[in-house]
Amino acid sequence: MSPYQGKLLIHGGRVIDPSQDLDEALDLLIEDGRVARLDGAIKKPKDAETFDAAGLVVAPGLIDMHVHLREPGQEYKETVRTGTMAAAAGGFTAVACMANTDPVNDSRSVTEHILLEAQRHGFARVYPIGAISKGLLGEELAEIGEMVRAGARAVSDDGKPVMSSELMRRALLYAQHFDIPVIQHAEDLTLTGSGVMHEGVWSTRLGLPGIPGASEDVMVARDLILAEDTAGRYHVAHLSTARSLDMVRRAKSQKINVTCEVAPHHLILTDEEVAKSGFSTNTKMKPPLRSEKDRAALLNGLADGAVDCIASDHAPHHADEKDVQFSVAPFGIVGLETTLSLCLDRLVRPGILSLPRLVHLLSTGPARVLGVPGGTLKEGSPADVTVFHPDAEVTLSKASFRSKGKNTPFDGWKLHGHPVATFLEGRRTLDG
Amino acid sequence: MTPETPIRWRRKDLLGIAELSPAEIELILDTAESFSEIGERAIKKVPTLRGKTVLNLFFEASTRTRSSFEIAEKRLSADNINFSTSGSSLEKGETLVDTALNLQAMAPDLVIIRHAHPGVPHMLAKRIKAGVINAGDGAHEHPTQALLDAFTIRRHKGRLAGLKVAILGDIEHSRVVRSNIHLLNKMGAKVTIGGPRTLMPVEMEAMGVEVAYTLEDAIRDADVIMMLRVQLERLGRMAFPSVKEYFQLFGLTTARLAAARDDVIIMHPGPMNRGTEIASEVADGPYSVILEQVTHGVSVRMAILYLLSGVHEETV
Amino acid sequence: MAKNLTPKTTILDAKQMARIIRRMAGEIAERHHGNLGSVLLAGIRTRGVPLAEKIAAEIERMEGAKLPVGILDITLYRDDLSTVGPQPQVKGTHLPRSIDDCAVILCDDVLYTGRTVRAALDELIDFGRPRIVQLAVLIDRGHRELPIQADFVGKKVPTSQSEIIEVSFLSTDSTEQVRILERPTAK
Repeated sequence: MSPYQGKLLIHGGRVIDPSQDLDEALDLLIEDGRVARLDGAIKKPKDAETFDAAGLVVAPGLIDMHVHLREPGQEYKETVRTGTMAAAAGGFTAVACMANTDPVNDSRSVTEHILLEAQRHGFARVYPIGAISKGLLGEELAEIGEMVRAGARAVSDDGKPVMSSELMRRALLYAQHFDIPVIQHAEDLTLTGSGVMHEGVWSTRLGLPGIPGASEDVMVARDLILAEDTAGRYHVAHLSTARSLDMVRRAKSQKINVTCEVAPHHLILTDEEVAKSGFSTNTKMKPPLRSEKDRAALLNGLADGAVDCIASDHAPHHADEKDVQFSVAPFGIVGLETTLSLCLDRLVRPGILSLPRLVHLLSTGPARVLGVPGGTLKEGSPADVTVFHPDAEVTLSKASFRSKGKNTPFDGWKLHGHPVATFLEGRRTLDG
Repeated sequence: MTPETPIRWRRKDLLGIAELSPAEIELILDTAESFSEIGERAIKKVPTLRGKTVLNLFFEASTRTRSSFEIAEKRLSADNINFSTSGSSLEKGETLVDTALNLQAMAPDLVIIRHAHPGVPHMLAKRIKAGVINAGDGAHEHPTQALLDAFTIRRHKGRLAGLKVAILGDIEHSRVVRSNIHLLNKMGAKVTIGGPRTLMPVEMEAMGVEVAYTLEDAIRDADVIMMLRVQLERLGRMAFPSVKEYFQLFGLTTARLAAARDDVIIMHPGPMNRGTEIASEVADGPYSVILEQVTHGVSVRMAILYLLSGVHEETV
Repeated sequence: MAKNLTPKTTILDAKQMARIIRRMAGEIAERHHGNLGSVLLAGIRTRGVPLAEKIAAEIERMEGAKLPVGILDITLYRDDLSTVGPQPQVKGTHLPRSIDDCAVILCDDVLYTGRTVRAALDELIDFGRPRIVQLAVLIDRGHRELPIQADFVGKKVPTSQSEIIEVSFLSTDSTEQVRILERPTAK
């Protein structure tokens, strides 16, 4: 989509821009897709359209750096089109999409295909993430340079961990040529075994094979050693355990180049949900819903800066695939259209996070991790803007999702706060 | 006995022990007492479930439990139909949901289901009108086994409250142990579990049991010892190195029984691996009530079939 | 007493009950004179059981012969199972001896539709082949729905459908009497 040509004045809102430490009542003037002015009481230019943001928050466009768009190859689950429509509906102006498509995004041609689709009918910016290894097989490096040249902004074998320490070391070294992060799905598959939920009191009660926290921790520990030795940019995807977070926090204090993201479901639900939901397959994801202790630690990490961003790990599946017994259901839930409301209601409303901190974790934070523009409303920057209501009541309803995936444990939840309008380069992608 | 208003069974399904109240457990056990007499008659059959259809759906091999249910159904005059994994449509790629819908279309009154995956009976119960009885779902629950175990203990000890029950063996993969822990805790017994550390799930204590790592510690002063089947197919998967070593660590022998009470009873849900978890001298010895468990299994299952058959969607 | 029922009249007090049961015992003893050794009294749960026990006690007092008393729980043979909501409690059947070639006298407190007796006959036959089966009831209140009649009747009481006969025994009810109760308003 092309930038909006013309003028738009978003007035009367509370502008929160963590990149400028801003949180005040300001008007925002957009001209030809860029932020032209940000000021108190801007006089409406004659030829400008207006958007009344009274009572609403105006923020840099939200960025979800961990999304599965499923295209190419699994268009029955999601496409670039439906995935970006879901992003816009959820208040996101940009998503980074994982490489576990079919074929795998391990080459320039697949990266280009995704970007072409995004350009043709994308409702959000799409930042492809290339595979670390060819075919996600964990054996040899993919053509990372080629993919970056085509537009990839990071590499990851997400869905699978890089099990080989040697390959991980080489990825951390090689990616430095392109100044991109290496994103790890941190999981020791030998410790996971046949596990389908967090190993703890609930897996014990339910008799389901457990995925120990150590499965993540062992991998994070190994990778931090490698990141230290290589000075590479290491990013932990969907970090879920207290111990992994501690290690990341310690590594940061030692100036190791590490960042991490957490997913909303790990901040809100615990492993008990598997039992409470009666084995609902919408409580099955990787990493699994962890213990209350882990959840509490992640909440602390959000507040104290150990966590760099919130990412949804939007993982759409077809209803038929999820409508099976728990043990054989695929891992993952959708998140693009639930994340903002969940975070506003469960993190900001109870006072765990300030509103500016949440905006940071959903925009400026991921922009910095990925090294992409966005996450700011500075004059001259692209006018990617999200306007949301901070506390109006809303009921999440999977029936109204734009995403093809309806696999969410949050269907029917009554929450406070929701996106109202999303602007991509000044062009409206969500009508409230 | 204290006089109380008799409770009635109001559940459509029997999915696990975890959700039952002590009064419901007692109702099943008391009802089973009445049914045990039928097994002693010349004509071991009553017309109670005439015209009712019971489907036995076994997605996992079972001889004992399936036969026990079949006999219970026949003694109650129900019509029964057996499905087992081999040759069933599930092997042909049909999803469980489709299987459930097809079963529903046959309008059964009760469905007995065993499946290798925890939660499958629960999933089925939500989809079909018929009452669902869990005959074992993975390592989750096996409620009818725990109930027949309790029935057997009550027959010998006259009570459950205050007893010390030791359960030994492959705890991790056992649905029997989980259902038994729920039941015995609810009824006031004290449970100690024991087994190799490699087969002990995490945070077992949170289920309200004591955990012991030697056979002697586990069975000290026990009124009841339940041995669990060692799943030999787990051998070589890093759980334990050999049958020989397992028997040395956790095999129940006459000599080792000395630590238990003099009137201890020995139970086993079967099928037994003689010489792996239990010596033949114990299995066939004077303390063993293993075959009685099988007999009581029929009475307990008759009681459950009877109670569930009175509950319909409308009355739930 | 079940709720919503109003007592109407007491038709038998404890003394009258005792006298009637004594007479019934005498009739049974007379009918089976010379064969008392093969007579079995089978009380139908719940209040057929104390009746059977009282008849046995009377016969023992009169004849010196102690007749075996069995208990029939006909729940599993009822024809209205699963139309009545949650299943009624089953308390079990206990017959002290084989019934083959015996004279079995079924005992129940009230004979009404005859359905209970039908169930009891079905159950009895599952236990063997008695020489003869007879029926003894304390009260026959009419309104039969099956072709069944009693061999020994304590008292015939004409009733209307809206009335209920309540028989109480000391062993089960802590009082001993027979009353007629009235249902509030039968449709």
